[in-house]
Amino acid sequence: MKSVRCIDLCKTYRQGEIEVTGLDHVNLEIEEGGFVCLSAPSGGGKTTLLNAIGGLDTPDSGEIWLAGNRVDNLSKGELAKMRLHQIGFVFQAYNLIPVLTARENVEFVMEVQGVAAADRQKRSLEILEEVGLTGLEDRRPAQMSGGQQQRVAVARAIASRPALVLADEPTANLDSQSADQLMELFVELNRNHGTTFVIATHDQRVMGYARRVIRMLDGQIVGDEKKEAA
Amino acid sequence: MMGGLRIILRLAWRNLWRNHRRTLIMLAAIVIGVWAMIFMTALMRGMVDDMVKDGVSVLPGHVQIHHPDFRDDPTITNVIAPPSGELLEVLSRPEVVAWATRVRVPAVISSERDTRGVTLVGIEPERERGISFVAADVTEGRFLESRDDRGLVVGRKLVEKLETGLGKRVVIMSQDPENEIADRGFRIVGIFDSKLAQYEEGYVFGGEGTIQDLLGVGDAISEVAILGADYRDVEGLHRMVADAAGPEVEVLPWNELDSYLGSMLAVMDGFVVVWIVVVFLALSFGLVNTLVMAVFERVREIGLMLALGMTPRNILSQILAESILLLIIGLAIGNLAAWAAIEPLKDGIDVSIVGEGMEYFGAASMLYPALYLKDVVLANVIVIVLGFFASLSPAWRASRYDPVRAITKV
Repeated sequence: MKSVRCIDLCKTYRQGEIEVTGLDHVNLEIEEGGFVCLSAPSGGGKTTLLNAIGGLDTPDSGEIWLAGNRVDNLSKGELAKMRLHQIGFVFQAYNLIPVLTARENVEFVMEVQGVAAADRQKRSLEILEEVGLTGLEDRRPAQMSGGQQQRVAVARAIASRPALVLADEPTANLDSQSADQLMELFVELNRNHGTTFVIATHDQRVMGYARRVIRMLDGQIVGDEKKEAA
Repeated sequence: MMGGLRIILRLAWRNLWRNHRRTLIMLAAIVIGVWAMIFMTALMRGMVDDMVKDGVSVLPGHVQIHHPDFRDDPTITNVIAPPSGELLEVLSRPEVVAWATRVRVPAVISSERDTRGVTLVGIEPERERGISFVAADVTEGRFLESRDDRGLVVGRKLVEKLETGLGKRVVIMSQDPENEIADRGFRIVGIFDSKLAQYEEGYVFGGEGTIQDLLGVGDAISEVAILGADYRDVEGLHRMVADAAGPEVEVLPWNELDSYLGSMLAVMDGFVVVWIVVVFLALSFGLVNTLVMAVFERVREIGLMLALGMTPRNILSQILAESILLLIIGLAIGNLAAWAAIEPLKDGIDVSIVGEGMEYFGAASMLYPALYLKDVVLANVIVIVLGFFASLSPAWRASRYDPVRAITKV
């Protein structure tokens, strides 16, 4: 079964006076349990595609299907619900909620979903252990390093067991050692939980971890390379 | 749902104290505003209460029964029979604190020096003690002893105008029902003082039986004055007395008998609302500014929460909760501060220096702050309700953020 299916996606947006083509007739299919990198230079369309798949942005035309359901025509409320229950997000700049501790950040999505407190706590502690943050549960983001914060963000993204994790330049603000640790964590989570990962990046080392690299340029897919995981 | 509510409240509470200096400044403004609302309202209420209580205690009571034409033509021709039957039974109920009958006619009083027009009031001394000021305010001589007392109690200012005094004789002249002159001499047995100069100059009191004899009206009376438990709540008493008294007589509550006092109370109620709203409007600028700043500083976070699946309604609720929490804390401290300021002043504030001119309006030289629960509730409700609406705009804007743009905002 296809985890993600995009059919003839087009999207233009304005940057000041200039009209920019974000997506230009993009067709894409990603299998369940896939580990895919979207690679493109800045402005190539990878973030636009990621946002469209994640329901953060709507395409001008075309169709988006997630787990067999069409999602490009959903209302804002339905998209919010879809993001809450089906997708985990990891952003470039950690993006944790500063007034919540590491554990509370991990529990955030589950709490909004209405998961019972005991279940939330159990699962968040398990996941924090899995991402190597045991002992840091009660720290706030400001009390953690960039790598640790990004691990919390990953823990938050997978805590509610989404079928799909979308990561936008997740290693951009990390040093090389932290970036490698994070990618190894992604691979492990993909392998252990069968979660589909779609990672937007222009970092060659990150692409080295992917089983499939989709290259984009000016909003178009210009290459699709499938390989065995490193 | 409850889970969502809990996280919203937790985020609202923690965000509130994120910039604690700004929050504390806003909190101080709310506390001072709420304190000012309640404290000043208590002072104004105290002043008006005093005026109304004095006004009601001068003669009207809380409810009066008259002949239907008496108020237009307050003469001896418009009299009624004394209470009997069902009305008498009603007057003995616990809702009635006191009642008294009176004969009241226009008259002329003459001393050997001067002559003045007055209102002659024949009273039942024992019953009148429970209702009006006269007995307590006799400061020289004595009060009337029975309804057949042949003495006269006169105000101090009238005594001065007539150039007479305690123990001296004066002549009272009025008209009987046949329009004949009815007059007789009285000895001044008591002199009373009143907060209101017009009562000291304009009213003289005699025994009801004596005045009835003078006017030749048998046991007919001009009015029945009835006192209830609370002058603010006379509707029930008025209805009960009116039902028992029947349609032949006119039964009116004090605020219709004395329209000046009645309208003053109504104006006061309106003024309290205006005062609270005005103070809140001044506060609301600070409140909205605080929220706008708080939202502006958290654009990325709000975008993140929207991206993770929080609905715009969740974001709206979170910002509103922040505002309401701030207002609730401010209200709690403001209420306590107002109570703490009013409690030591319960024995009165001497305002005689600034209050002399106010005596013409019936205000006293001592001001007793009156803290009413309804005023406190009104202030709290207005602050919460208007605070909610004032916060809607920044909260609405935050909830409308586009997550993609918000999350990438630098």
